[in-house]
Amino acid sequence: MKEKGTRNGHSAGRRRLIAGVAAGLGGAVVGQAHDDDDVDPRLSVPDDSTKLQGPPPSELGARSGFEKPRRLVSRPEPSGGSRTPLQDLSGIVTPSDLHFERHHGGIPKIDPERYSLLVHGMVERPTVFSLSDLKRFPSTSKLHFLECSGSGGAALREPREDLSPQEVDGLTSTSEWTGVPLALILKEVGASPEARWFLAESMDAAVMTRSIPVGKAWDDAMIAYGQNGEPLRPGNGYPARLFLPGWEGNSNVKWLRRIELSDRPFFTREETSKYSDPLPGGKSRMFSFDMDVKSIITFPTFPNRLDGEGWWEIRGIAWTGRGKIAKVEISTDGGKSWEDAELQGPVHSMCHTRFRKLWNWRGRPATLVSRATDETGATQPTKQEFIEARGIGTRYHFNNLRGWNIRRDGTIGFTLI
Amino acid sequence: MHGQWRRFLDTPELRAAALERMKDLPDFGFGREATAEEVAAIDIDIMPDGTGLPVGSGSVTRGQQLYASQCVQCHGADGRGGDYEALVGREPAEGFPFAESVDHVVTVGNYWPYATTLYDYIHRAMPQAVPGSLPPDDVYSLVAYVLYLNDIVPENTVLDASSLPAIEMPARDRFVYDDREGGTELR
Repeated sequence: MKEKGTRNGHSAGRRRLIAGVAAGLGGAVVGQAHDDDDVDPRLSVPDDSTKLQGPPPSELGARSGFEKPRRLVSRPEPSGGSRTPLQDLSGIVTPSDLHFERHHGGIPKIDPERYSLLVHGMVERPTVFSLSDLKRFPSTSKLHFLECSGSGGAALREPREDLSPQEVDGLTSTSEWTGVPLALILKEVGASPEARWFLAESMDAAVMTRSIPVGKAWDDAMIAYGQNGEPLRPGNGYPARLFLPGWEGNSNVKWLRRIELSDRPFFTREETSKYSDPLPGGKSRMFSFDMDVKSIITFPTFPNRLDGEGWWEIRGIAWTGRGKIAKVEISTDGGKSWEDAELQGPVHSMCHTRFRKLWNWRGRPATLVSRATDETGATQPTKQEFIEARGIGTRYHFNNLRGWNIRRDGTIGFTLI
Repeated sequence: MHGQWRRFLDTPELRAAALERMKDLPDFGFGREATAEEVAAIDIDIMPDGTGLPVGSGSVTRGQQLYASQCVQCHGADGRGGDYEALVGREPAEGFPFAESVDHVVTVGNYWPYATTLYDYIHRAMPQAVPGSLPPDDVYSLVAYVLYLNDIVPENTVLDASSLPAIEMPARDRFVYDDREGGTELR
């Protein structure tokens, strides 16, 4: 095989590519050609791809070496988190390996053969389900967002121009979730009509717990074991988690080991000292499950820049825990005037909704803002309205407007409206 | 209709609707009956009325010794925080200004509504290096010491399953149920 046209014909990436192609042509077991993070992907690109056989198929796909989306790890410790690179995504689905994480005791390693879920308390038949038991029930699949209720807090309290969509709102992601409706499990175990709440308990090192109104179980909760067509990723609760459409991330307990039905809430640490929202007037709101209506422009945003005047497509996502997004408006003048954006259909309930709007940039400074309205009529407040209603010190549920200043040179900075 | 999570406490209606939806499904009978022993082994939650609290007791004095060996590394010598969060602090003396200001640290003393939650959490998740390793007497002792540091109980306190749920936490009456309902009114 003749080498031609590479920048460096002796690079490691180039050698692997050639080895893979050669083995493929010979019908032998095939090595996979891919580029390591530290290898320039351009080195393995021929001048003319029509003059060289490409790599053969492989057992496991990988991204193009030119694409390197990464989560942003905020704290590399068991109680840390990582954020989805919203500015790198299109459409509504988050690739599973880019789904945000927020853990309280790290990611437990669980053998699916040894996994079990105990359902007990106010039930006729306390029952242990294996993973295969759960998978044997009639299943359901739904597209829903999942968002940590702390998402957006840092951007409100410490806004900086050099914040990306990932840093502002990267604690939200959307997946197709597959599992068994929790209502079916409650029917199977004979849940008492007197039950009003249930405790969901994790098998992580925090043995994390939340109390959930049992009506959510009868309505649309599921025990999810699938995400985007495959088993849950370990960081998202493998092998099974609670999924509560539209409700704050923390209540969607991962690595679910136990459900206990009760006539009252348990007042665990995660629903009292955490995940409660101080309010003006000396109160703190607890059990604030619903995620408020939100939106964020994901392009054009920091760290990207507009490479010249003319037509650009403003793109972003909107979502609400209270049903469907009804409308997204875009302002290019910092909120003085608004026009409707186009929503990508079908609009799913409690799911990221992609919006788009064409914009002819004249090269002058502009401030882009998106404002979503949901089917209940709720819309996003300004920063001032938000702080008046909830206080600068409130700790969760930050749905105030987000904006982006476009400068004359096309560079972009985050701003609050 | 979405946006009123409290409707999920209106269980009879939602239960009836779900059973109606599933009325043509068979009883599958998957899973197996849990034994009382299995349930007892992992049913570790503690409720504000004391439900779930085990036999045992612990004193402030013993808690102080345990704190020095088990907790001080993360939470600091005086409980006011180190690498991890502060447990101690009654400031500010008046009011509950956590929404209006970002200057106040939330602690067991000024924010936690129930003392039983402290037992539940220490028992299930602490200390971080060996979570869930402390026997009941140790947990009662640590709860007593942390409450003592917060000026909630006196130095001679001994806690057990009957005295712990009786403790009234300073922030108890600050907590309210979510009243957001969607719609045009921002709450």
